[in-house]
Amino acid sequence: MPAITVTVNGSARTLDIRDPEKPLLYALRNDLGLKGAKYGCGLGQCGACTVLVDGEPVRSCVTPAASMAGRKITTIEGLGTVEKPHKVQAAFIAEQAAQCGYCTNGMVMTSAALLERNAKPSVAQVKDALAQNLCRCGTHDRIVSAVVRASGGSRG
Amino acid sequence: MNIHTSRRNFLKGTGALFIAIPFNGPSFAQGAAAKTVDAAQVDAYLALHADGTATIYSGKVDLGTGLRAAFPQIAAEELGLPIERIKLIEGDTALTPDQGPTSGSNGIPKGGMQLRQAAATARQALIKLGAEKLGRPASELDAIDGEVRPKAGGAGVSFASLIGDKGFELKLDAKAPVRDPKTYRYVGKHVPRPDVPAKVTGQYEFMHNVEVPGMLHGRVVRPAKINASLVSVDESSVASIPGVQVVRIKNFLGVVAPDEWDAVRASRMLKATWSGGGLPVDDKGLADYVRASKQVGDEMLDERGDFNTAYAAAPKKLTAEFYWPAQSHASMGASCAIADVKDGAATIWCSSQGTHRYAKHFADMLGIPSSKTRVHYVDGAGCYGMNGHEDAAADAAFLSRAVGKPVRVQWMREDEHGLDPKGPPQVITQEAAMSEDGKILAWRTQMWCPKPTEKLPTIPLLSPAETESKQVPGIATGSLSSGGKPPYDIPNLQVQVHWLESTPLRPSHLRAPGKIGNCLAVETLMDEMALMAGKDPVAFRLDYLPDPRGREAVERVAKLFNWDTRVQPRRDGKGRGIGFTQYKGDETYVAIAMEVEVDARGRIRVTRVAATHDCGQVISPDGVRSQVEGCILQTIGRTLYEEVKFDRDHVTSRDWSTYPILTFTDLPEMKIELIDRPDQPPRGAGEAATAPVAAALANAVFDATGVRLRRVPFTAPRVKAAMAETVTKNG
Ligand code: FES
Ligand code: FES
Repeated sequence: MPAITVTVNGSARTLDIRDPEKPLLYALRNDLGLKGAKYGCGLGQCGACTVLVDGEPVRSCVTPAASMAGRKITTIEGLGTVEKPHKVQAAFIAEQAAQCGYCTNGMVMTSAALLERNAKPSVAQVKDALAQNLCRCGTHDRIVSAVVRASGGSRG
Repeated sequence: MNIHTSRRNFLKGTGALFIAIPFNGPSFAQGAAAKTVDAAQVDAYLALHADGTATIYSGKVDLGTGLRAAFPQIAAEELGLPIERIKLIEGDTALTPDQGPTSGSNGIPKGGMQLRQAAATARQALIKLGAEKLGRPASELDAIDGEVRPKAGGAGVSFASLIGDKGFELKLDAKAPVRDPKTYRYVGKHVPRPDVPAKVTGQYEFMHNVEVPGMLHGRVVRPAKINASLVSVDESSVASIPGVQVVRIKNFLGVVAPDEWDAVRASRMLKATWSGGGLPVDDKGLADYVRASKQVGDEMLDERGDFNTAYAAAPKKLTAEFYWPAQSHASMGASCAIADVKDGAATIWCSSQGTHRYAKHFADMLGIPSSKTRVHYVDGAGCYGMNGHEDAAADAAFLSRAVGKPVRVQWMREDEHGLDPKGPPQVITQEAAMSEDGKILAWRTQMWCPKPTEKLPTIPLLSPAETESKQVPGIATGSLSSGGKPPYDIPNLQVQVHWLESTPLRPSHLRAPGKIGNCLAVETLMDEMALMAGKDPVAFRLDYLPDPRGREAVERVAKLFNWDTRVQPRRDGKGRGIGFTQYKGDETYVAIAMEVEVDARGRIRVTRVAATHDCGQVISPDGVRSQVEGCILQTIGRTLYEEVKFDRDHVTSRDWSTYPILTFTDLPEMKIELIDRPDQPPRGAGEAATAPVAAALANAVFDATGVRLRRVPFTAPRVKAAMAETVTKNG
């Protein structure tokens, strides 16, 4: 089986790349059992599948697993847990910023990457950073509040 | 009455209970369960255990809507049990009572109130048992903190020792006394939703994450033309992919493989030829098609006075026609389900809003008894009515039966957008007449919408039709004609619906069926008449609105929004508008005020929204608020952007670029005020706030531009064209 080695949430893992086009999303969910990233569109349009690759948010549904050799991948499972949530996750919990929660992976991962780049984003910068992440339930307002809260700010 | 205005203060304030309801996730057990599911029995709804905990069983399910907090709140309150000792099981057809589907915003008003009565009945029984044990009259006792205790204080006896795991074997008493709202400890307080922590850490057990042993992955291959017949399949076209099986049952075609990506690839590579199929019209012709399509009867929904005479004699008249397009549920996730069909029995895991109903549907289509079919509810992506969840389950069932193994089917994005049953299109016309001095004399609303099939048990699914299996034919849409009746005092009124035989794309109920379009028509007309009468839109509504709760909602929203009282439109690119509804005519009251900006290219930006919401007794304030926010934002998107596009072959808006929805850049500033009436019955909060959104938005656009928008969606090119037309007319 053709395979590559990647670092996922700090551990070395092997990914099967028998089909060179197999998206990273399928490898993470089915081969590694990391199911936090979701299939929303498979087209790079919604953000539900977002993971961090070397710290940058990437749409795993349109990223071939085969292109990941030697890269460092962080999934939402590697960000934090219910017991020890990342500050973005803690803020999402405090703001109850999920309805169905299907989009939440992408929201959390994109926001975590934003705060790495910009520790104190304005509301407009938060909206901009999340502009390509879709939510059908209409949880947007709480998500913005959560990101602002995670940055230590307040929406007033 | 309590008013909850600021969420932030509310979360900080004393109203918040920082307790955790245990979250046990969906039930996966396949073993037989010895438990009553008879909805007339107390034991169907709850069980008190020997370890002092309790389980509640709900046929209604949480769809990201907060019922998972609200149901324990209701049960804890009535039973007198600490909420953290309560577990909830939802939707499992073997364990929960059939309380009907979770739709029409009836989770709390119906499901929650059944649970409340079951718990109240149980409390009476516990007090009676406690009275015997304690040797005191029942009237001196109450159920508190999991014990039956003297109200005046003193030693009590635990529920566990009174009933622990034995079951009540009692009929639910609809008249069992319920607690006085003044004594509430949980109801009306903020209880964090138990599912949120797992959702934000990627640990939540979504349907899409479920695996069962030996499971294979399936995908269904559907024709390019809707309803085409399958002529031939070339199985060799997928021979290069390991382990792929092709399943063909009449016009149903699918592939199954051990690896999901292999199944996806095979479904794309499989060569098949189809014949026939297609649609009678395309999206551009749909509005005319609706008006011209075959009618199966008219129904007068309301009539007061004599419309025809009053209208004919009146000096001032207004007429208008509105169009609401076909829209998709457009769930964020593609529908997913797992089925294990073998030995004349079926176990199905899916996200259906009506597991009990669909258990029968699945049993019938598979030709097995209902008693051998069990459906587990597992959360999917939000569905807002009925998306593809049940179709995916039926797809999985046919594939599983064919290959003799459990099969998981996850639709692809193009399936979800292309094939989910659609919210059907509607046409609404309005005619109104006024006196010289600005009084409403006559009003007629006429609606054109497809007639739901009477007594249709469930909405027909794709694969039973393709496999020519048993299912009851017909269409269901939700009550599209509700909300056409103005909530105002009109002396001469007719509200009429022209029932259409059908609608081109398979319909189902989509959040607030019909009511957003109907409210748009009603509230636009009110605005036009206000202008004709020389009155401010808020003041004019209050002149005709008799219901005190409705009046309060309107008055409060004007204050919350800082309404700019004015008769003439500003026409300077910025405007404000109002919309009001009493949902379904007798349920939740909602008033929405909105501010918009419209630029020269016709692009509308909603900048500010204020809403007042009176759903009677509020169980979970933050849950209600979350639903109201969702209703407002989703409906702004539906009004500005959403329309299913299709040609004569199939739906062409099959992704997020061709079917855009609201994004973060559209997010307005929102102020929401919940009017809590603990002494009134609770009404639904899942849909009501959608209804006045399009109306408030359209009325704000009129204020900003002098242009009346009556055709949804209000896309920039359409708005620009309408503005140009108005300039030509006026210039
Ligand atoms: S699933 Fe990857 S962007 Fe939608
Ligand atoms: S919370 Fe449901 S899609 Fe965002």
